[in-house]
Amino acid sequence: MTLLAVHNLSIARGTVPVLEGVSLSLAAGRAMVLRGPNGIGKTTLLRCIAGLQPALEGVIEAAPDAIAYAAHADGIKATLTVAENLEFWAAIFGTKGIDHALDAMNLRDLRDRRGANLSAGQKRRLGLARMLVAGRPVWAMDEPTVSLDAASVALFAAAVLGHLAQGGAALIATHIDLGLQAQVLDLTPYRAKAPQDGGRRGAFDEAFT
Amino acid sequence: MIALLLRDIRLAVRAGGGFGFGLAFFLLVTVMVPFGVGPEPATLAKIAPGILWVGALLSCLLSLDRIFALDFEDGSLDLLATAPIPLEGVVAIKALAHWLVTGLPLVLVSPVLGVLMNLPGPGYGWLVASLLAGTPALSVIGAFGAALTVGLKRGGLLLSLLVLPMYVPTLIFGAEVVKRGAMGLATGTPMALLAGITAGAVALLPFAAAAAIRVNLR
Repeated sequence: MTLLAVHNLSIARGTVPVLEGVSLSLAAGRAMVLRGPNGIGKTTLLRCIAGLQPALEGVIEAAPDAIAYAAHADGIKATLTVAENLEFWAAIFGTKGIDHALDAMNLRDLRDRRGANLSAGQKRRLGLARMLVAGRPVWAMDEPTVSLDAASVALFAAAVLGHLAQGGAALIATHIDLGLQAQVLDLTPYRAKAPQDGGRRGAFDEAFT
Repeated sequence: MIALLLRDIRLAVRAGGGFGFGLAFFLLVTVMVPFGVGPEPATLAKIAPGILWVGALLSCLLSLDRIFALDFEDGSLDLLATAPIPLEGVVAIKALAHWLVTGLPLVLVSPVLGVLMNLPGPGYGWLVASLLAGTPALSVIGAFGAALTVGLKRGGLLLSLLVLPMYVPTLIFGAEVVKRGAMGLATGTPMALLAGITAGAVALLPFAAAAAIRVNLR
């Protein structure tokens, strides 16, 4: 069963087209890793798929409310504890229980610590634990392993595998090997062409490429 | 929705949340005025309705940029925009949380400050009533302004410039209610207009604000 299908997608960051003609398809139980140099548009593609910005053209097929998005920022409130942060997102996404997420990301000992007192890696783990309470089938994740140590990367990989085993899917922009049986999509061939080549790439994108 | 309301209130009342700043500011502004214009009771009584309303309005303004800016900075706004609750609902709830934390306390302390300003006796009830009817509009209009400026660096100043003109009708009718009430005149017309502005703002602006946020998140 295909959970997410993208057909001939063109996207822009700001007003500058960055990618065109991207197609991908993600079936239940599968993971896909997005690769490509900095500025190619991995984040923009994920934001587009998450519904945060419109595409220039192309179609994104997914069930409504199917996608959980994890950005660079983790959405953690400094004055709330780990448990309060997570309970809030569970309530927003209409799911019950945060214990499985705390266990999966090894946050149980930190549950009463305030967000302000977490290290960067601990914050990231809390951000990833949010994916587990979101209860959505497709995870769209942007560099999820930034600031994680090796043990936490393994925890994260295990969480993704667990999610896939339950019939979920994951679209992950990352440059490290997570040890997943993941299909790799290199975005370099989809870079928007320059105008002289008949493309739509703007004249101002020198700074972005 | 309830979870969002509770979270916003909890964030506001915890350390560094800014709860009480608006209230303290309202108090200070009102205390300053007699120093500036002199302590003659007749003068103070005359300007009391206007000063109290301007004070309430400025205090409200103080915390507006926190409505969305903090959630934008830490990424929560992106996540709320992809959450199953509609963004219009998020705006309405956040405006309500702002009113509960800022507007409602202003309403409750206003009679005390009325004493400082030598507000005539019959005016107190109308002061509370007009603030109760008018301050929700301040929060909702402010949430709209905050939505327009979310993501801008130092958007707070621009926010004030955008929002203050939109506060003018509320200020005019709010102060008019208190003025007429203090003189013992009929207050029906300005009160109805004040409540009308609030009802209209509450009904329409969450949609405009949600649209503005969607554009700003791109």
